[in-house]
Amino acid sequence: MGTYDVLIIGGGITGGAIARELSRYQLKIALIEKEEELAFGVSKSNSGIIHPGTQNPPDSLKGRLCVQGNQLTRELAKELGVDFKAVGELIVIFKEEEMAELLRIKKEAEALRVPRLKIVDRAWLDKNEPNLSKKAVAALYAPTAGIISPYRMVYDLSENALKNGVEIFHLRKVIKINVMSSEKTFEVVTSKEAFRSRFVINAAGLFADEISKMVGVDDFVIKPRKGEEFLLDKKREHITNHLLFPLPSPISKGILVIKTSDGNPMIGPTAEDIEDKADLATSDEGLKKVLEGAVKLVPTISDNDIIAYFAGLRPVAGDDFIIRHEDKIPGFINVAGIQSPGLTAAPAIALMVRDLLKKSGLKLNKKLIFHPHRRRTTHLFALPFSRTKKLIQKDPAFGEIICRCEMVSAKEVRDAIGRGATTLDGIKFRTRAQAGRCHGGFCTTRIMKIMAEELKIPLTEITKRGRGSEIIKEERHG
Amino acid sequence: MDKRDLVVVGAGPAGMAAAISAFESGVKDILLLERDQYLGGILNQCIHPGFGLHYFKEDLTGPEYADRFMKKIQTLPEIEISLRSFAVNLTKGKVLIYLKPGEMRQVKAKALIMATGCRERTREMVHIPGTRPAGIYSAGLAQKMINLEGLLPGKEIVIVGSGDIGLIMARRFTLEGAKVKAVIEIQKETSGLIRNVVQCLEDFDIPLYFRHKISKLYGKDRVEKVEVTAVDTGSRFELTCDTVLISVGLIPENELIEMAGVKIAGEVNKTSLPGLFVCGNSYKVYDLVDWVTRDSAKAGEAAAEYLRDLK
Repeated sequence: MGTYDVLIIGGGITGGAIARELSRYQLKIALIEKEEELAFGVSKSNSGIIHPGTQNPPDSLKGRLCVQGNQLTRELAKELGVDFKAVGELIVIFKEEEMAELLRIKKEAEALRVPRLKIVDRAWLDKNEPNLSKKAVAALYAPTAGIISPYRMVYDLSENALKNGVEIFHLRKVIKINVMSSEKTFEVVTSKEAFRSRFVINAAGLFADEISKMVGVDDFVIKPRKGEEFLLDKKREHITNHLLFPLPSPISKGILVIKTSDGNPMIGPTAEDIEDKADLATSDEGLKKVLEGAVKLVPTISDNDIIAYFAGLRPVAGDDFIIRHEDKIPGFINVAGIQSPGLTAAPAIALMVRDLLKKSGLKLNKKLIFHPHRRRTTHLFALPFSRTKKLIQKDPAFGEIICRCEMVSAKEVRDAIGRGATTLDGIKFRTRAQAGRCHGGFCTTRIMKIMAEELKIPLTEITKRGRGSEIIKEERHG
Repeated sequence: MDKRDLVVVGAGPAGMAAAISAFESGVKDILLLERDQYLGGILNQCIHPGFGLHYFKEDLTGPEYADRFMKKIQTLPEIEISLRSFAVNLTKGKVLIYLKPGEMRQVKAKALIMATGCRERTREMVHIPGTRPAGIYSAGLAQKMINLEGLLPGKEIVIVGSGDIGLIMARRFTLEGAKVKAVIEIQKETSGLIRNVVQCLEDFDIPLYFRHKISKLYGKDRVEKVEVTAVDTGSRFELTCDTVLISVGLIPENELIEMAGVKIAGEVNKTSLPGLFVCGNSYKVYDLVDWVTRDSAKAGEAAAEYLRDLK
């Protein structure tokens, strides 16, 4: 049985950021994840927005951590070689009467110290956001808003954590947690084996309430709030220059037009409170709602632009994040209800968790050698042809194109497998192969062959996202 | 930068016919680029008969049809074949960049023929509500898995759309021992050839539902079932299945000419840029390869004529 100082339950953006932050210290750390790969829960269906901190109540934890996280994400992205683009956002109003509400949002955000906010008028919008609806009268401009790839952030955080000594375990579903108070230790029993740890951090996303209940803390419930999102063709990459928001509703930021770091614009998300934590179905109603909302902002968007869609679930535990050491159960820290702006806040959450651990008696001694940097992953689609030419000369496999729509080479696919991808979705999230307009029609079998070779498994064992999602039923010879 | 009189992008039936006819019309410096490791394009996975009835007055399979052109091209040293070569960029100045294992090359062509084929419309384009498990494939991908790779993607199949590839795959899956539960078509009639409806569905007692659609797809990890709705009456029924094949039409692949700011315009094979021609399924989606060959040969002749006029 492995014995650890800190065990983190949940390999999403929250768990990943915490693991990476704690890997600076002389600690034995384990990160456990129930799915086949990291980022396969809440994090994979995130909008990828690094929020400036607007649209949060000034006294909220999420507001404070969002503003801090926005700054930290920029530094982290540099260290880890993740693309971050500060594209800025516009919260748009369509009637003069809505100006009071916009000013209220501005004032609240300024109380949270969101920097450089500005109300911009119609002339500014004409110049800087020409495809925005002509019916828009003004907007609140937040230049610190940015975009990042949510799953690549998780993979790159965890890869760096791994390099700095964190042990990562997949396919470990927590079954029960034994609190052994006399030994000041937890025994976390999983579907594979048991782990012992002095401290346990619950970053289990949608299932954080169930994990917390296992140690007897049951004063919160995670309610899934579904969001359906629709991706547009990369040809529409420049349809907007900024992230576009309407005025927020009481439960969500509304239907947005989102720039993504992969280039494809995205429209959505819906916000619907549901019961089933496994319900990831999209609907005709969702599509209709999202299109209506998006067209209101950018009239030239049409359903012909849509090349993909998905639904994600926000883990909602009341209005704010729940981040606290459970004093009744010394050593147990809940990090729950991390819905929007969780991706932005994650690095700030990690610092807060570090401080909670310290306060609860964990000695934090810095490692003599910590590797903050990670070598930037190569994506041909992001490079000028002059670079591509040199790369191919260095490694011929860069010249073997596997995914025609997104221009992904065999070398990138092999590298993704080398960095831990074991499923087709894992390769898609890391490389973008299969994420383009043909949806894997061209590249699926090509990727499967590389996976079979690199992972040394038969083609029948290759899955979309883990056991049960095998791609083929039989392999026939002769 | 390399220089060529004529570059043909794509060596399926369209590209091969265009290259051969350009040669026969007097062009002696031709580069034929193919992204796959063999000539013939999508014909290689079309192992069913019915090809060549008009052009050769013979009933051939796809690979047999392709073979006639491949054999001919291989006897013509004036047509240089570059396999595993992937065109990634095109400019109005007719400069094409392509990648192949080990090198990136730039070539300036006096004339260009794009024969880049088409791609299948996807589940996303027809918006089928529900989950996104494994087991949803375009009909062409399933065809490639079975016919080229020896992989059986599923055992209980529902096919969306009654285009020719969907119909042919209904028969193909049945012959492989899988059960094809139904073909679901939202229109009043099939968009495929009548002979395919008879030979691929009726001969195997596979039901074809017109004016129906899949209203919901179920399954967490792998497809489990679909809900089918009659669009006129709203009546519903469910079919259990492990695979949903999507056969809802084809779209010409024209990303390269779009990148160059060029549009298809005017008569057959012509574009807004003189000397740049588009033929085969990238010009328009054809129902028979025989007509692809006929029209693509004209693109070859037109390119030759354009080159002659340059001098």
